[in-house]
Amino acid sequence: MLEHYLSLATKAIFVENMALAFFLGMCSFLAVSRKVETAIGLGLAVIFVLGLTVPLNQILVENLLEEGALAWLPGGASVNLSFLNYLVLIGTIAATVQIVEMAIDRFAPALYGSLGVFLPLIAVNCAILGGALFMVQRDYSLGEATVFGLGSGIGWMLAIVALASVRERLRYSDIPPALRGLGITFITVGLMAIAFMSFSGIQL
Amino acid sequence: MSKPRAILLDPLIDNNPIGLQVLGICSALAVTTKLSTAVVMSLAVLFVMVASSVSVSLLRHLIPGSVRIITQLTIIASMVMIADQVLTAYLYEISLQLTVFIGLIITNCIIMGRCEAFAMQNRPWPSFLDAVGNAGGYALVLLVVAATRELFGSGRLFGMVVLPTVSEGGWYQPNGLMTLAPAAFILIGCFIWVVRAWRPEQVEEEFHVGALLEPGYEGDLR
Repeated sequence: MLEHYLSLATKAIFVENMALAFFLGMCSFLAVSRKVETAIGLGLAVIFVLGLTVPLNQILVENLLEEGALAWLPGGASVNLSFLNYLVLIGTIAATVQIVEMAIDRFAPALYGSLGVFLPLIAVNCAILGGALFMVQRDYSLGEATVFGLGSGIGWMLAIVALASVRERLRYSDIPPALRGLGITFITVGLMAIAFMSFSGIQL
Repeated sequence: MSKPRAILLDPLIDNNPIGLQVLGICSALAVTTKLSTAVVMSLAVLFVMVASSVSVSLLRHLIPGSVRIITQLTIIASMVMIADQVLTAYLYEISLQLTVFIGLIITNCIIMGRCEAFAMQNRPWPSFLDAVGNAGGYALVLLVVAATRELFGSGRLFGMVVLPTVSEGGWYQPNGLMTLAPAAFILIGCFIWVVRAWRPEQVEEEFHVGALLEPGYEGDLR
């Protein structure tokens, strides 16, 4: 059982890295990777929110939306609400982010200072919704969903911190003018993705 | 801003949502291994974008400022649900290939961004044009990247053989890198390079190390 979770986590962090293999969360990945410090902040916030919303969404999908999930209601056995998936997933994510933001602000002001600015940004981060959608598609159990959520968050943070470190160094390089900024960042990410592909095939 | 023509055509090159505003990249990269998926994705984005921009524009006086983000998200998610149901019903094969990326249109920042930045302040007709223009700019990048990847990765366009590959008795040795994920990044990087070499005014300000030290510097945080 533990091996299964370990293998799932390795897969989520390295092999199927959210940012570099599935291109998820790219908008903030490119916009907030100019500085390692901010990248770490955003990465932590993503781990936190993914680790929270994927299991939460799993509970909702399994108990309310899946085909036959409402069998306990009279006449509910034939109800299939899975077309509502998107609305429920994104609603849960937006609401969770809002609640977490308020809770952190109230109970941990120090943490809010470093994490708070990123939380609103995260509600529309594709990595979060992508995590939830993959969870639905692959039919994860609650335990698997938790491991998968945390794992893909860690993988995403690893990628953004690595990119930010590279970009800080790039500041000292002489890049062709038209390639400066976005262009070279894309190419850097491409090369990083190639490097990450060497993890593929790893099985625990 | 006032001219309908400018609203429609600006986002294609001059203010391309992917190349200049760095929006909506997530899905732009993943669906571009083949031209057919890229076309379907572009159409789905066009539909969702137009429908949600117009709806947001029509409702703009009724949406309270404090809950506008979640309202827009709900509108967009509903449109995506429609698009997804239609695709599953009529283009099942392609919807299987697009997997989660149809759902991810919801968090495609272009749509959110245009609703928030344009449709909330403008009447339905300009919003419609703006949505069509931005979806067009998105589609342009998507199609260029997809065509390059499919042509050089497998020697085909829309699944039709253009460059007969060696394995099929032809002469073209396919470039396997093109079918892999990283190629998309590098191609978009080159696309931006070409556009900016042609339109130098799009080049970003050169940063110097001092900018890092300024308090509150967050890059182009939206």
